[in-house]
Amino acid sequence: MIEFFFFLFAAMAVLSAIFMVTQVNPVASVLYLVVTFFSLSGLFVILDAHFIAAVQIIVYAGAIMVLFLFVIMLLNLGSTQPSDIRRGLGRVLAGSVAVALVAIFARLFMADGDVDGLGGPSALDSLLESSGAVAAVAEPLFTRYLVAFEVTSILLVVAIVGAVVLARKRAP
Amino acid sequence: MSEGYLVDLALVLSAVLFAIGVGGVLLRRNAIIVFMCVELMLNAVNLSFVAFSRVHGIDGQIVVFFVISVAAAEAAVGLALILAIFRHYQSVDLELFRRLRW
Repeated sequence: MIEFFFFLFAAMAVLSAIFMVTQVNPVASVLYLVVTFFSLSGLFVILDAHFIAAVQIIVYAGAIMVLFLFVIMLLNLGSTQPSDIRRGLGRVLAGSVAVALVAIFARLFMADGDVDGLGGPSALDSLLESSGAVAAVAEPLFTRYLVAFEVTSILLVVAIVGAVVLARKRAP
Repeated sequence: MSEGYLVDLALVLSAVLFAIGVGGVLLRRNAIIVFMCVELMLNAVNLSFVAFSRVHGIDGQIVVFFVISVAAAEAAVGLALILAIFRHYQSVDLELFRRLRW
C-alpha cells in the first residue's frame, strides 16, 4: 500500500515537473509546479517527515507560489507571449545536460549504492513515537540549532527590506 | 518490502527532479520560469535530505527547514529583482539581459 502511494506521488511529481518545464504559458507552469510540491509533500509524509510536509504546503504551495503567480499577473505575462523555449542547439544542450546529470547520479548510485545502513529500518520511528512529529523537529531546532535559527530570522528581515527597496518605484 | 527500499527510490526520484530542474534552467528564457526551476532543484535536494534523515536521524529535517526559509527569502528578493528589470526592459527574456556579458 505504501509502495503504491509512493509510486503514485513520484509519478505525479516527475510528470508535472516535466509539464512545468515544457508549458509555454507561465501561469500553467506555476500550477504544475504547485502539483509537484503537493506530491513531494505526500512523499515527505511517507518518509516520516510530517511537519516538513505541512510546512511544504503552507510555505511553498501557499506562499511562494502565490508570490510567483502574483508577479506573473502583475507583469501581465499571459498566454499572448511568444514561446520562450529555446530552439535548435539550446534545446539539444538542455536535454543532453539533463540526461548526462541523471547518468552521473546513476553511476554514483551504482558505485556505492549501499551507504551505511541504507537498507535498515527507519531511524525516526522511536523518536516520532515518543515525542510526536512536531516536537521531534522543534527540540533540536531550539537547542542545538538555535544560533542558525536566529540567523535565519535576520536573513528574512534583510530579504524583506531588500525586496521593498528593489521593487519600489523610484521618483522620476 | 524493506524500509530502505523507499529511501533508495526517493534518492533516485530526487536525482531525476534535479535533472529536470537543470534542464529547465537551460531550456527556458523566461526569467520567472528559470527561477521556478531553481525552486524545483531546491525541492529535489530537500527530498534527498528527508530520505537521508530516515537513516541518520532528525537533523536532515532541520536542514530542510532552513532550506525552505532561505528559499522564501530568495523568492522575495529574486521576484523584486525581476520586477525592477521588467520596469527597465519591459520584458523578462533573459536574452535581453546581456549588459554584463562583454
